[in-house]
Amino acid sequence: MSIAWYLAVSAIVFALGALGVMTRRNPLVVLLCLELMLNGANLALIAFSRMWGNGDGQILAIVVMTVAACEVCIGLGLIVAIYRRHLPIDVDELRELQG
Amino acid sequence: MSATTSAWLVLAFPLAGTLVIAAGFRWMDSLPARSAGWIATLAIFLSFLASVGTLLRLQHHAPAHRQLVSSLWSYASTVGIDARMSILVDPLSVFMILVVSGVSTLIHLYSIAYLDRDRGFARYFSYLNFFVFSMLLLVLAGNFLLLIVGWAFVGAASYLLISFWYRRTTATRAGIKAFVINVVGDVGLVLGTYFIFKHTGTLDLLGSFHAASGGAFGHGTDNGDLLAGCLLLLVGAFAKSAQIPLHTWLPDAMEGPTPVSALIHAATMVTAGVYLIARMHPLFELAPAAQDVGAVIGAATLLIAGTIGLAQTDIKRVIAYSTMSQIGYMIMGVSVGAYAAGLFHLMTHAFFKALLFMAAGSIIGAMAGEQSLERMGGFRKAMPFTYGCFLIGGLALSGIPPFSGFFSKDEILLVTGERGGWHWGLYVVGYIGALLTAIYTFRMIFRAFHGEPVAEARELSAGERHHAAVPTNPATGEEEDTDVGFPGPSHTVAERALPMRVAMGLLALGSIGAGLLQIPKVDFVIDDFLKPSFADSSLYATHTRNGLLAFGLVLGTVIGLAGIAIAYRVWVARPGTAEAVRARVRPLYELLVNAWYFDELIDLLVVRPATAAGRFAKDTFERLIVDDTLIGGTTGLVRAGSAAVRAAQSGFVRYYAALLVLGVTGVGFYFLLQS
Repeated sequence: MSIAWYLAVSAIVFALGALGVMTRRNPLVVLLCLELMLNGANLALIAFSRMWGNGDGQILAIVVMTVAACEVCIGLGLIVAIYRRHLPIDVDELRELQG
Repeated sequence: MSATTSAWLVLAFPLAGTLVIAAGFRWMDSLPARSAGWIATLAIFLSFLASVGTLLRLQHHAPAHRQLVSSLWSYASTVGIDARMSILVDPLSVFMILVVSGVSTLIHLYSIAYLDRDRGFARYFSYLNFFVFSMLLLVLAGNFLLLIVGWAFVGAASYLLISFWYRRTTATRAGIKAFVINVVGDVGLVLGTYFIFKHTGTLDLLGSFHAASGGAFGHGTDNGDLLAGCLLLLVGAFAKSAQIPLHTWLPDAMEGPTPVSALIHAATMVTAGVYLIARMHPLFELAPAAQDVGAVIGAATLLIAGTIGLAQTDIKRVIAYSTMSQIGYMIMGVSVGAYAAGLFHLMTHAFFKALLFMAAGSIIGAMAGEQSLERMGGFRKAMPFTYGCFLIGGLALSGIPPFSGFFSKDEILLVTGERGGWHWGLYVVGYIGALLTAIYTFRMIFRAFHGEPVAEARELSAGERHHAAVPTNPATGEEEDTDVGFPGPSHTVAERALPMRVAMGLLALGSIGAGLLQIPKVDFVIDDFLKPSFADSSLYATHTRNGLLAFGLVLGTVIGLAGIAIAYRVWVARPGTAEAVRARVRPLYELLVNAWYFDELIDLLVVRPATAAGRFAKDTFERLIVDDTLIGGTTGLVRAGSAAVRAAQSGFVRYYAALLVLGVTGVGFYFLLQS
């Protein structure tokens, strides 16, 4: 099967994730969409890895998963902290960084 | 040890003294009392011994080789600049270091007793040592650079010592005034050096003189740049030596402790201008117009200061104006070519003027800080030793033979007269000044020591010492306490303090005997000693016309005695005369009491325009151009720029993400299209 199919799926997943990050306001969903983007990238990495018959891309995909796990840890922790302080669970309302 | 090595030691001792005292003054408090004063005195005394050593070693050289230059290191020696740490040891500088270190030793000794109770004792002596170091550096400097350094150090030391009682507003104001006027002189000296360096291409003194005589300024006289340089050097000399119109700081400088007045404002610092002109004589002789300016200003100063001295009532101010007047003689002398005579007068003046100041300090001590002649009187019985010293100093100042001032002053006038032509005018002015000198000197003596004893004098005779109930500032009458920064609780009277008596006694001997160094037609110690320094001078004449010599000596004696007689008639024989004269010439008296309105004139011509210009600059230039345009413009620009950038920082995370995606997509497309 041509690599183009794999890459097409990867691009669709990545674009869906990016679209979600840009359009959804619930931080939990934003995090999920981020995961989607990461997995889209992983898919591309593994596809290339297969194409070249080389394990490097797979290793990199495992590293990305590790990073994603860490990021989810911190992201969920932040969301729980926001909830506990009775702040709105809405990324548009959390704009303390406005210049 | 060579002559130059011992000259370096002359500099090293006072520097070591000032550093030791300044660094260790707390630790000195635990030593036996007054150790700071003794350390300082010892440092200056060692410096004096080293000066004597330098003199002896210099005399080993043949007269033609008595100009030794020694350089410790080089600051910068590149193309066109030779800035070195070098000293010039020749008869002129050795003469100066002997006078400076000798008189300074005695004044340090006097100060130990005079400032005994002052809370700033160690500070005082570290300043005083620093001053002596600066003065020695000035006179030993072998190049223009070091001369300027010494010159500025002396001004700074003078500021520190005038403002020594720093909680007295009058003292701090006088210090600032002295410093500002001295800086005017510093600027003159620096600019004058530029004009000379531009042509001679060397900072070295001897090198400059050599280049000048070799034609660096052309072969005629009064080359424009040389004249400008010499006139600017004269500005420096006038500011340091309190000559008109840069003299107004000297009377105010009397706010400092009396020994400071004796050291700085009588014996040493104010003679720096005289030294400068004598040192630069090869340049001045190529610019006769500058010499004439110096001579005329000197003569004007001696006359004007003499008249002011007649009307002042503050005893220290009278002596200050007298100093101005005597320095006028010296400046006139060295400007007309009477170098040896001018320097001889510098030496004798250092002795008798320091003596007069010390004796005045003793009276001021007895009066518990009071300085007005109006309140003094009849101290002759109470203070016989001080009276004797004051009388010796007064006779020397008035030029009565055989006291030292007689020989030195008349020699200046003699050489002036021998120049002929319009110099006769200066000659006449000099003798009028001599008459005034005798009158105001004996006015002081008669008013302070003769007449009915005042309460303080009677107390002193009875064995007690007067203490003012509340210490006050003699200038303004304000109450003061005796904490640090104010005068100590009581001054010391010479009659009771051995160090003061020793110092005054030695200076009295000098005032009597120094004239013997150079008696016309008998011996010429000063003339012969200084000759190697002035070997290249065309004006340095050691022989004098006999007819004029005899005439001058007789005239000087007669005028001195006449002045004393006038003073006796006015203030002793018929006590009411002074008031009668004052009533008759009221405007003249007002003029003299206000010191010819020089302060007011300078205020009108310089201070007020400068203040107005400063205010204009502050209100208009600074506010409109600096604050509004330059600073306001820059900050406005930054503010507008940041406002534009800030708009992008909306705080919407989704918006940031969209921008990021947009950017990355854009970059991706760019590379796609490129390939």
